[in-house]
Amino acid sequence: MGFLSRSWAIAQKDIVAELRTRETVISMLLFGFLVILIFNFGIEPGLREENLVKPGVLWAAFTFAGILGLNRSFAQEKENDCLQGLLLCPVDRAVIYLGKFFGNLVFTAIMGVVVFIFFSVLYNVDLVGALLPMVLILLLASVGFSSVGTLFSSVSVGLKTRDVLLSILLFPVMVPVILAAAKSSARVLDGDGLGAGSLWLGLLVVYDVVFLAISVMVFDYTVEE
Amino acid sequence: MTTLPAIRVRGLWKYFGHFAALRGLDLDVEAGRFLTIFGPNGAGKTTLMKVLSTQSGASEGSVVVGGVELPRGAGELRRRIGVISHNTYLYPQLSAYENLVFYGRMYQVPDLRDRAMSLLEEVGLVGRMDDRVATFSRGMEQRLSIARALLHQPDLMFLDEPYTGLDQHASRMLRDVLETLHTGERTIVLTTHNLEQGLEMCDDVAIQVRGRMVYREPIESVDRASFEQTYFDYVGKEFRWDS
Repeated sequence: MGFLSRSWAIAQKDIVAELRTRETVISMLLFGFLVILIFNFGIEPGLREENLVKPGVLWAAFTFAGILGLNRSFAQEKENDCLQGLLLCPVDRAVIYLGKFFGNLVFTAIMGVVVFIFFSVLYNVDLVGALLPMVLILLLASVGFSSVGTLFSSVSVGLKTRDVLLSILLFPVMVPVILAAAKSSARVLDGDGLGAGSLWLGLLVVYDVVFLAISVMVFDYTVEE
Repeated sequence: MTTLPAIRVRGLWKYFGHFAALRGLDLDVEAGRFLTIFGPNGAGKTTLMKVLSTQSGASEGSVVVGGVELPRGAGELRRRIGVISHNTYLYPQLSAYENLVFYGRMYQVPDLRDRAMSLLEEVGLVGRMDDRVATFSRGMEQRLSIARALLHQPDLMFLDEPYTGLDQHASRMLRDVLETLHTGERTIVLTTHNLEQGLEMCDDVAIQVRGRMVYREPIESVDRASFEQTYFDYVGKEFRWDS
């Protein structure tokens, strides 16, 4: 059984646990819906600049809801000290990181797509035309978000102030992802298609590759005693 | 020709900030022996177990376990050690069987399903194999934890306060399972502060106080009746030295 299949075993374990408790994804979705709803009340109907505001609303909801999932990610490994059990396994630390990353990616991507569908109903977005390009943007943003988020979640898990610390650590590093995702989705929501935002998509891809590689390399140092 | 012991520790220091949890500790455990380490709370028993089982690095000193020098050979050693702690390392939302299969995949255990089933039978949990660990009593969790630690058939076992939180019945069951592990082929190190349970199965007895081994004897030369007094003499003496 190879490197990736053992990582997948870790992700699969997280997914099975989530299917049983439904704690993480449900709370992420509810929080995402609430953020969108609150912004919806705050934005005046028929506002001329509404199109400029919309992507910001979507990505604010994505980021805040995503943080909830990341906070749970390593917290569940602390129950019964399971993280130590994992670290005792004869696997490379990168296997553990990638396993947790895959799990977070699945939860974040699902949350992103469902929140977008809810958003499109409330903000009158052409769902049929926008869904596929938006799914691609959401997926790329989820990779960047989960890669750095998984790393920082492992850093903050042992601390009493982990909820606050994770947000403080993560948000500044996530700026390029949120910026690129908001800019490219603005083009899609305007009906210009993915091509118009290709530069921003390129930035997302580069961010994903660079930060995933860095996270794999430094994860070892975050979990060693 | 002298053979290297299964565990050889020399001059082991472990600091947490300025606090030294282990202070120049030396330890030898011959292969196949069962060593029980007694010590009061704060003696550094768990810290020692964490260093021996690759969970934590030494600040100073040399640690060789199973012929492997730590921390360099930690990855290699993890295939050969089993750890049972007061924490069970079990996922509450997975069933007993799923927990074993998950860890078995991590250890790349061959014939995993058969191995998991035979271990569940050994620890008496076949009837509850599909139930979530969250529904288990502390004793059942600890028995499953033993099965988890034995999945990959380790030749070195580290048992860190495994009796913690168990009632008498569960302790008895745990003791029976541990007895089956003591075949002479496995090197076992147990830490406890419970004198009665610790003396039951061991080959060697040690007392650790304030990060040092202050007593070490084979069980044959230990007078069980007066050991409690011996223990308190050593513990009391150490506390007086440090005060």
